[in-house]
Amino acid sequence: MSSSIGTLAALAARGAGTVVRQVRSIVNPSAARPAGAGQTSSGWLAVTVFVEPSEIDTAKLPPPLAEFGDRIEVRVQIAPGGKGTELAARLRDRQRPGSAAARLAGKDAEADLRSALRRAKQLIEVGEVLAVDPVPHGDRTATPGGALLEGWTTAAPKGGVR
Amino acid sequence: MKAVTWRGVNEIGVEDVPEPTIINDHDIILEVGLSATCGSDLHLMGGYIPAMRAGDVLGHEFMGRVAEVGRGVTKHKVGDRVVVVSFTSCGQCWYCREGLWSLCDNGNPNPGMTEALWGQSIGGCYGYSHALGGYAGSHAPYIRVPYADQGAFPIPDGVSDERALFASDAAPTGWTGAHQAEVRPGDVVAVWGAGGVGQMAARAAMLMGAERVVVIDRFDNRLQQVRTHIGADTLDYERTDIPAELREMTGGRGPDVCIEAVGMEAHSPGVQFLYDQVKQQMRLQTDRPTAVREAIYACRKGGTVFTLGVFAGLVDKFPLGAVMNKALTLRGAQQHGHRYIPEILEHMSRDEVRTEHLATHVMPLDEGPKGYQMFKNKEDGCVRAVFRPGA
Repeated sequence: MSSSIGTLAALAARGAGTVVRQVRSIVNPSAARPAGAGQTSSGWLAVTVFVEPSEIDTAKLPPPLAEFGDRIEVRVQIAPGGKGTELAARLRDRQRPGSAAARLAGKDAEADLRSALRRAKQLIEVGEVLAVDPVPHGDRTATPGGALLEGWTTAAPKGGVR
Repeated sequence: MKAVTWRGVNEIGVEDVPEPTIINDHDIILEVGLSATCGSDLHLMGGYIPAMRAGDVLGHEFMGRVAEVGRGVTKHKVGDRVVVVSFTSCGQCWYCREGLWSLCDNGNPNPGMTEALWGQSIGGCYGYSHALGGYAGSHAPYIRVPYADQGAFPIPDGVSDERALFASDAAPTGWTGAHQAEVRPGDVVAVWGAGGVGQMAARAAMLMGAERVVVIDRFDNRLQQVRTHIGADTLDYERTDIPAELREMTGGRGPDVCIEAVGMEAHSPGVQFLYDQVKQQMRLQTDRPTAVREAIYACRKGGTVFTLGVFAGLVDKFPLGAVMNKALTLRGAQQHGHRYIPEILEHMSRDEVRTEHLATHVMPLDEGPKGYQMFKNKEDGCVRAVFRPGA
């Protein structure tokens, strides 16, 4: 008997999940679309900010995100486990996502938005964006390895796994 | 100002660099009193972490006096004597608030590099490559310290500069290993590596109540330091079979906690070392995990292995079967020093943690290349070369 109830409950839960997914796909068509395999992903880039959701006003975003104006849409939701607030943004005019190499090199279409999200998180959490330059250093002898590293360092604030 | 810089693989220089300036409101400028070499610097020196540029200032373990404060700094004033943790961490993100300071979301201005290597970015570290932020290091008369209210700690009166220096990195790294490995009263703890970090991990384990602590190395002078200044037992891996000795010491069980404080350039007397060395030199693996393998094999069933030595990337012949079948807990971390340094300074002021013996060779900055050479080759019993910029 209890087994039958369990089965019914599982079926009901599965059915409810399907309904929720279908509703979400109507509200947000990209949510039902799998990423990869030639498909565009939903395009959301996200950071988790250690503040309450009420402390992020999407109508008054930090400057790095505000500069995008209506070229982006923004989503805010509570992070599970007391980890703060998930702040996500995506370009309204989305192109196909860049390759992993392009993303890591900060050369994809979302590179500026990725950097803006990181800076916005710092402004909300710390109140300033951490800078490293001008950094004291000695003679930068010109070498192929040095040039490669300089290029990667320049790109690193915009580069990322996603 | 003069600074000790990385010039190329196995090439250390002393050259003129500009003085640092306040860039962010939470910065201080520190007049460096003492700055230590660290075993992890040798990985940079040898080119095993290929994210250094010629001219980068080395050094991440240091103390000194506050010379200038940013307008957002509230805890420090000019003239304060402080020790600075080697990691740059904001103190505001979820990781910092959880006490996992080296995982700070905001402390590394070059997050794309470590995301590429490890999937996520961690905090930054002074003088430790562009992958960890590109910050200038401390082997210089002055250094910029970001997030100073979080990362600089007043040194209690009565604690010498030479002792406080190692509250910057070696001691908190050791504390991180022992605490995160959850050393408990009654545990038998084995530590691979009798350098500064290994010695401090052993001392931390003892203060956390371990029943017996044994440190493994091959250098007599370092093992002697362990016995004299730390109070732990020692084993020389060139003279005995380490897993067999550890079994004998523990009634056949193996140590409850095994802390690896060696890192990516481990040595061993066997064929295994040759294999790892060849693979590393051919860039078929980035790190030599010899000591980690031994720790995993030696650890008791259900025990904990902690990788405290620095590893950069990929290793070969990793005994995952032993990890799984022996139900081991495998953990690792850079140091979460912000949470341990106040406690360490208290221990130091009570004479429960002594570190002056680590600074075997104190010298002026001009002798930077010689200091690193001595440190690398363990010349004249060098455990740590320490630079005194004011000398």
